[in-house]
Amino acid sequence: MAKKKFVIGCFDNEDVLFPAVKKVRTAGYKIQDVYTPFPVHGLDHALGMRETSLHTAGFIYGVTGLTTAISCISWIFTKDWPLNIGGKPHFALPAWIPIMFELTVLFAAVGMVLTFCYLCQLAPGVKKHHFHARATDDTFVMVIECTDKTNTDDLQAFLSNAGALETNLQIAEEGWWFGRYDQDEMPFESTQIVAA
Amino acid sequence: MNTEKLNFTVPSKARMFSFVLMAVGLLSIILMFLTDHVEGDENYHHTRAWSNVFAGSFFFMALSLAAAFFLGLQYAAEAGWSTTIKRVIEAVTMYLPWGLSFMMLLFILGQFHVHHIYHWMADGIATSGHENYDEAIANKIGYFGTFWWVRTILYMFGWLWFTLKLRKNSLEADKLDIDINNSFHWKNIKLSAWFMVLFAVTSSTASWDWLMSIDTHWFSTLYGWYVFSGMWISAIIAITILVVWLKKVGYMEFVSESTMHDMGKWMFAISFLWTYLYFSQFMLIWYADIPEEVTYFQTRWESYKALMWTVLFVNFAFPMVMLMSRDTKRNFFFLMFVGTIIFIGHYLDVIMMVMPGTVGHYWTGLSWMEFGNFFFFLGLFIYVVLNALAKAPLLVKNHPFLQESLHHST
Repeated sequence: MAKKKFVIGCFDNEDVLFPAVKKVRTAGYKIQDVYTPFPVHGLDHALGMRETSLHTAGFIYGVTGLTTAISCISWIFTKDWPLNIGGKPHFALPAWIPIMFELTVLFAAVGMVLTFCYLCQLAPGVKKHHFHARATDDTFVMVIECTDKTNTDDLQAFLSNAGALETNLQIAEEGWWFGRYDQDEMPFESTQIVAA
Repeated sequence: MNTEKLNFTVPSKARMFSFVLMAVGLLSIILMFLTDHVEGDENYHHTRAWSNVFAGSFFFMALSLAAAFFLGLQYAAEAGWSTTIKRVIEAVTMYLPWGLSFMMLLFILGQFHVHHIYHWMADGIATSGHENYDEAIANKIGYFGTFWWVRTILYMFGWLWFTLKLRKNSLEADKLDIDINNSFHWKNIKLSAWFMVLFAVTSSTASWDWLMSIDTHWFSTLYGWYVFSGMWISAIIAITILVVWLKKVGYMEFVSESTMHDMGKWMFAISFLWTYLYFSQFMLIWYADIPEEVTYFQTRWESYKALMWTVLFVNFAFPMVMLMSRDTKRNFFFLMFVGTIIFIGHYLDVIMMVMPGTVGHYWTGLSWMEFGNFFFFLGLFIYVVLNALAKAPLLVKNHPFLQESLHHST
């Protein structure tokens, strides 16, 4: 992975954030991402991200689960080990529906969680750079990726004009690496030491 | 916000529409009673006609009751999203006195043997040696008779008291300039909490008493929830369609797309709840295969097969496919279209609950009788609800979640 230069702007209000996103995008800057303390509806559209294909994946997992259930049960109960249960036909579909349903849900749910973790690059032992600690508390953090030509001072001034309460420049690793939060560098501890 | 649009007046077209529906319905009800007889069976006294009237009375009564439950649920859960449509929910609950009156009238007529919807109301049903004697019913006659009437009257008074009180508090709160302590809101929360408790018990027992006792020999503990889920989805659809219609004629622009999206989610979710309960009941009975339980599905399977599959398809597969995606839930035309069809589907579900136990194998398939009768009650329902809607502003004034609801977005 490569280290890159980023400029971040911190906002404390959705109503300021949305116009700011629009301004930054029309000015031609590349927004790497906006980190928010909670899901903000419509932000994905404002950022111009393509719609997630997670639900398509979920559908495929669901169909897989359904197929697994039908093929397993029907093979077991009609071919492999047919049992007479209360005189019911061997192919007793109504009785299987709960199992078919459960397996569909199980496959879809587990598959989607794992896919989500993969897409977000989340796993035990995987570490990513935190741009601002308060993104997990009360601050919307907009991260803009800079190139060699970007005038970072201008960009920071631009963000302040757009309503950012705090801006700064960071050179940070973009991807993930193996590490531990309790032993590895902790970016949010070193920067904020408040004098008593 | 456009404040002059807060006061709803019933458009003359809508009033006309409800009158036409009622007139057509009334005409078909009269025709239905004139034509409904079976050659060669002297015990058949307009049974199908009475069952139709019963189904119509019950469906719309249950719908407004479920709307009262839904309103109570918003209070008890302190939900903020629904405040903008609260007046519409209230308007739907205002049909409850009408619905209960129809039910009461039918019960009294049944007790005087004008119709034979309830097998256990027959004379001498528990008297050994009488020609109507039925041992199975005689063994549980203690649950029917006087005790049944006591319960029926308690349900009716309980539901009415809570519904009217919730409405009254809501209107009282509007009269204040500012309700600093949210006193009426707190009153309604307390009322709703108690109403939830009452409703949890009585929705089940009332459906046993009023619907399940039509098939007096048969019983199912799941039945109450099955009936409840059906009435709940009907209420949600009625509310949704009303709001969409109000938006179309120029009112309620303050209801956000997100609120309608949430109503779409409810429609989707409760369709599944219904399916879940319907199927659970069916599968357990099918699996256990006990004669006294399977009779219920046997009558339906033999004489009502087409209707049974229609109901399952319309109420399960249809909403599942149509309302799965976010875009369809946000499309008002879709909500209205899908809602109308499921609404009819759940009316047919009530027909399925009533008819096999009364008409039995004399059933000849859906006909103008079912639809004409449905039109009468639908017309009356529309008339009552629109008038209730016109009596109060469309947006509540003093409600702590009003701002939250106005800015609701999902």
